[in-house]
Amino acid sequence: MGGRSLIGESVLRLEDRPLLVGEGRFLADVSFEDELHLRVVRSDIAHGVLHGVDLNDVLGAEGVVAAWSAEEVAHVPAIDFRMTGFDELRPYCQRILASGHVRYVGDPIAVVIAEDPYLAEDAAELAFVDIEPLDPVLEASSPESVAPLTLETCYGDTDAAFEAAHRVVELHAAVGRHSGVPLETRGLLAFPRSDGVLELHGIAKVPHYNCATIAAMLDLQPSQVVGREGHVGGGFGIRGELYPEDVLVTYAALRLQRPVKWVEDRREHLVAANHSREQAYRVRAAVDERGVVQALDAEFFHDQGGYVRTHGATVPNLSVALLPGPYLIPSYRARGHIRLTNKTPAGTYRSPGRFESTFVRERLFDRVATELDLEPVEVRRRNLIPTEAMPFDRGVSTLGTPLVYDSGDYHRLLERLVDHIGYETLRESLAQRRRQGEMVGLGIGMFVEKSGLGPFDDVRVRRLDDGGVEVVTGAASVGQGMETAIAQICADVLGMDYTDVSVRHGQTDMIGRGMGAFASRVTVMTGVAVYMAASELAATGEPAEATFNTEHMTYPYGAHAAVVRVDAGTGGVTVERFVVAYDVGRAVNPMLVEGQIIGGVAQGIGGTLLELFSYDPDGQPLATSFMDYLMPTIAEQPHVEVLLSEDAPSPLNPLGLKGAGEGGTTAAGAAIAAAIDEAIGRPGAVTELPATPELVRSLIRDRASEAAAPVESPCGSR
Amino acid sequence: MTEISPADVAVPVVLRVNGTDHRVSAEPRRTLADTLREDCGLTGTHLGCEHGVCGACTVLLDGEPVRSCLLFAVQAQGAEIRTVEGLAGDDGTLHPLQEAFWRHHGLQCGFCTPGFLMLSTGVLETRPDIGDDELREALSSNLCRCTGYQTIVEAVRSVRDAAGA
Repeated sequence: MGGRSLIGESVLRLEDRPLLVGEGRFLADVSFEDELHLRVVRSDIAHGVLHGVDLNDVLGAEGVVAAWSAEEVAHVPAIDFRMTGFDELRPYCQRILASGHVRYVGDPIAVVIAEDPYLAEDAAELAFVDIEPLDPVLEASSPESVAPLTLETCYGDTDAAFEAAHRVVELHAAVGRHSGVPLETRGLLAFPRSDGVLELHGIAKVPHYNCATIAAMLDLQPSQVVGREGHVGGGFGIRGELYPEDVLVTYAALRLQRPVKWVEDRREHLVAANHSREQAYRVRAAVDERGVVQALDAEFFHDQGGYVRTHGATVPNLSVALLPGPYLIPSYRARGHIRLTNKTPAGTYRSPGRFESTFVRERLFDRVATELDLEPVEVRRRNLIPTEAMPFDRGVSTLGTPLVYDSGDYHRLLERLVDHIGYETLRESLAQRRRQGEMVGLGIGMFVEKSGLGPFDDVRVRRLDDGGVEVVTGAASVGQGMETAIAQICADVLGMDYTDVSVRHGQTDMIGRGMGAFASRVTVMTGVAVYMAASELAATGEPAEATFNTEHMTYPYGAHAAVVRVDAGTGGVTVERFVVAYDVGRAVNPMLVEGQIIGGVAQGIGGTLLELFSYDPDGQPLATSFMDYLMPTIAEQPHVEVLLSEDAPSPLNPLGLKGAGEGGTTAAGAAIAAAIDEAIGRPGAVTELPATPELVRSLIRDRASEAAAPVESPCGSR
Repeated sequence: MTEISPADVAVPVVLRVNGTDHRVSAEPRRTLADTLREDCGLTGTHLGCEHGVCGACTVLLDGEPVRSCLLFAVQAQGAEIRTVEGLAGDDGTLHPLQEAFWRHHGLQCGFCTPGFLMLSTGVLETRPDIGDDELREALSSNLCRCTGYQTIVEAVRSVRDAAGA
């Protein structure tokens, strides 16, 4: 075929035109004649006994067609785990409507279905909900929290390492509750076709799984529920999981035999869709004279909220497995306690378990540097896994697969970052600015990501009459540009223009099975499957199908550097500079990869400085609008410099691909926290996120009072 | 007492959108955004928060960017409303800002894009030589959760620079 490879070209996206001209088909844009609108009545009490729901006034209101509470759907089972299920967690799965107890503000109690969304909302306010309040549990570490399961893992002889340690370095650190919060809220429209099939519009992320699961929950044949993925306004882990509302909407359409539509409003979203991230750690490192960490011992509490949802134990499982990150650490022991509280249930958010554990680990390594009087970068150099050790078997498992770093040159990536920022010069210039009274500092964080979760992806390709090629996949789009990346790989194999490739996804009746889009998997899994199928089409000229199977994930890795300026008066933090070095093995479309990284940084900055789902002592959520849940705007976002690297193609697939969706987020908390420390002159001060102005101001004040305290005099006045 | 149902108080409203008159019947409490989307069929205007923060519903009202979720349809009578559907030419030629968002990868999921396009159209039409800092400040009115804004700023700057060249 000759010519330049399309893989590696920053071609423009296939997806964009309809989105630019207002022809996107997001869920709320889809309508059917005669459609009904569903509104959820939710608990406004965090914890209580639900004595009953009186819907008589609701049923008498204008436009109301039906209203139901839990008795109506008592036959529908609780929502099962999609991933990382444990029998110990099963009693805490969520029913689609609460009965007996309510367990967080936002817990669905009843539904109202009306001819018009305004009327449905009016009528829902007439529901009389009888709840006897109980004391809420708001701390995962509280003895009152329900404690169904502790995840434990270990390798090596941790106790011996601590006995032999030159020094033991300890840290308590915590990450606050925040989440993906895509700009399009959730929603679903169930359309009962005359042939007995229910079409689900608004389905996302894992269409095949969700359709099959809803069918099973409602005693339908799998073929009776068909997913129709339209445009999806951002995923980030939380969208597209199976939630109570998805089953309620489908049930209502089935029961009423009319199209039923539900579009979540933002307040609902902030209390009902998955939260994430809230983990509190106690960690200690056994360190030798050179600053090499010989053992790591960790314990943390994972605040799961009121129920265990589809992700099961995924997030703490990933925290436990990836806490050691890019470092050798010969001995390791970790215990992660999953605890239930009276807050919104938690699930994954971009870089789940890694944002949290990277913050904690990198803070610990910074503390090692401080205590041994070493440069933070030098401590990392002395602990990184050398490239000769690749593939590196960590000796633990995660998501059902052994954790084996497939490839990587961590030292090289760190040096690339150090060179790029001009480490020595930059440190000197920041020190100079501090001497002139500014509060400025530099922080660095390193991490290993994971991507390309299997176990399979199927792809079908065929030539169309117009000369184009159609790719059918069971993957999904959450707005990341997967159509373009998949078309590029296909067109590269077939020696054609990528704009003549059409990629069909998220339509469950077009292909028998599919895994969807999560865990930075699509470019790897679907990409390799399309490479295989297109190669067969090229060889035979016939329509081709291929399956890519893998039992292993691929492991991209990265390093972040942040320069911040702190306002001494307000405690406000400005990120002046942010650099991401990230190795993705091979970038199919560097422009899209950089877009993922820069967008990921914004979300990392949000979780580091701004975003927090806080609660009052009664368990009332305090962040229920965008006035209180603060996401970064342009004003908070620095120019991000991306050092995209392809040093370590994955040996696990023929294209060398690793996923690129999450590495912009992973070490943002770690790097910015370290930079704040240096800016305010208090090594190790930032141990919790978000580092709000209030928190940073208090750290500055603590420093001032330390300085003002009586100093031990040479004469021994104490 | 006779209850007044909302349908009884719906009033006739004429909205001039992208140069075309739309005659609809709307309750006084019906937002401009809902009316554009549901009654005029112009679903390019998106609702991200319905409380005036995210800016996904931004449209131009007599040339000024406004949050259509914070206006009632009845308040927009007599004004020239412009939405994302009116940006491209009749022959489908993209507006320079649409073209720039595409070329600079200024969108991922595309949900915030109509709001950003209308915001930046309004800004550049009223202040074609706006400085970089002021432009960033103006664009900080809207939220995007995918891009980290960098490519959005680059896209709008490129249009400003090309127009001034």
